[in-house]
Amino acid sequence: MGRVVITGAGTINPLGSDMPSTLLAMQEGRCGIGPLEIEDVDRLSIQIGGQIKGYDEAAHFNRQQIALYDRFTQFALLAAREAIGQSGLSFSGELADQSGVIFGTSGGGLNTQDENYRAVYEAGKNRVHPFIVPRLMNNAATSHVSIEWNLRGPTFTVATACASSNHAMGQAFNMVRSGMAKVMVTGGSEAMLCFGGIKAWEGLRVMSRDACRPFSATRNGMVQGEGAAVFVFEDYEHARARGAEILCEVAGFAMSSDACDIVTPSKQGAARAIGGALKDAKISKDSVGYINAHGTGTAANDKTECAAVADVFGAHADRLMISSTKSMHGHLIGGTGAVELIACIMALRDGIIAPTIGYEEADPECALDVVPNVAREAQVEVALSNAFAFGGMNAVIALRRH
Amino acid sequence: MSIKDQVIAIIAEQAMLEPSDIQMENTLEDIGIDSLGLVESIFAIEETFDISVPFNANDPSAGDFDISSVAAIVAAVEKLKSEQAA
Repeated sequence: MGRVVITGAGTINPLGSDMPSTLLAMQEGRCGIGPLEIEDVDRLSIQIGGQIKGYDEAAHFNRQQIALYDRFTQFALLAAREAIGQSGLSFSGELADQSGVIFGTSGGGLNTQDENYRAVYEAGKNRVHPFIVPRLMNNAATSHVSIEWNLRGPTFTVATACASSNHAMGQAFNMVRSGMAKVMVTGGSEAMLCFGGIKAWEGLRVMSRDACRPFSATRNGMVQGEGAAVFVFEDYEHARARGAEILCEVAGFAMSSDACDIVTPSKQGAARAIGGALKDAKISKDSVGYINAHGTGTAANDKTECAAVADVFGAHADRLMISSTKSMHGHLIGGTGAVELIACIMALRDGIIAPTIGYEEADPECALDVVPNVAREAQVEVALSNAFAFGGMNAVIALRRH
Repeated sequence: MSIKDQVIAIIAEQAMLEPSDIQMENTLEDIGIDSLGLVESIFAIEETFDISVPFNANDPSAGDFDISSVAAIVAAVEKLKSEQAA
């Protein structure tokens, strides 16, 4: 089996419109959550989110592209341009056939659905734009990135709610590792901050009205965010032969299903995915220095996740750092694992651990080093990124410093 | 604006051309409008004139709506509009 490295990264999210601005915001512990600016926000009981403000689609795409690109597709294309640009790769001939795209998303073109349901139900219109279907489909972002970059190999979209991106990147990793592909462009995108997207989440009564405070005893729920992050996963020998800059190595991946409850998380299911990723990477527990937590800020997730980490790591759980960057960018649902992988890359490459901001009071059920409020410098050899989805689906990625 | 000018404006916008570049005898292919551009143009025509255009993308020649040239489209829209008025 081959080794897999990351040779490009790109993003647009509530903290920044590219990698440098996002890394800076994570280092400064800045909060990208604020009042939502969307239609009918006054009819929502949840009025905050990690929204990308000041975004002008016309600055990036022409009218005909916009007719085909939902907001989640636009985010994916922008992040892919940065990531592939950094990698220095261009795709033609055999390499194009051996390279593909796998993205995660949960809602796909939810803004397109929301706008057009509004048009036919509320405004009583009897006609919608001809491209609603290709605009809203979950694989639209994946397809447009494949078209823009001539990526002609394995290409599909993964939708496993909050674990979508991690499942997508896990598949991409295994495809490159097994030799099925030379390069995979992977990550995830989400744009769910519309009236219907928030209203549905309100119903679950798990949303905070004021802030996302993971692991803090005062936490009162999750906050939604939007955006995308995209990475270039490349065969190590291929990257080395062309002298590419390597950001880090993708060392292992594991997934598990709780097979238990449709929304309540399971410690055992999470622990099997975390332990599985270490086993897959052939990494000892003691070498893990940082975990980017799923850390949603709900009562159920945070205590279950901390218990799972304690179970897997034993005494080492008290020596590693675990933070939730959702406190800064919100929960990007199907895109969240991708944006959170940025914090893992920063830990390995720059030796800076992103904090859990909004932390006010210790919770005995979350008694780990959650890097409260302020970023920290530390050399890290191995970082994990957790994602645990509704439906009981768990996916954990292990990255190693290069 | 006349129906003709409005139809030409819709087609020109779709083709990313100036209205003055569109000739009545042009086919949609001549001015670079593909199948997706065609359905978008028909959508814009329906919205602009508040009419329903009988067009099936599976079989573009099947309906009454003649799309063989710009002139044919203008004539078809004029016909639909006059039927609506009647």
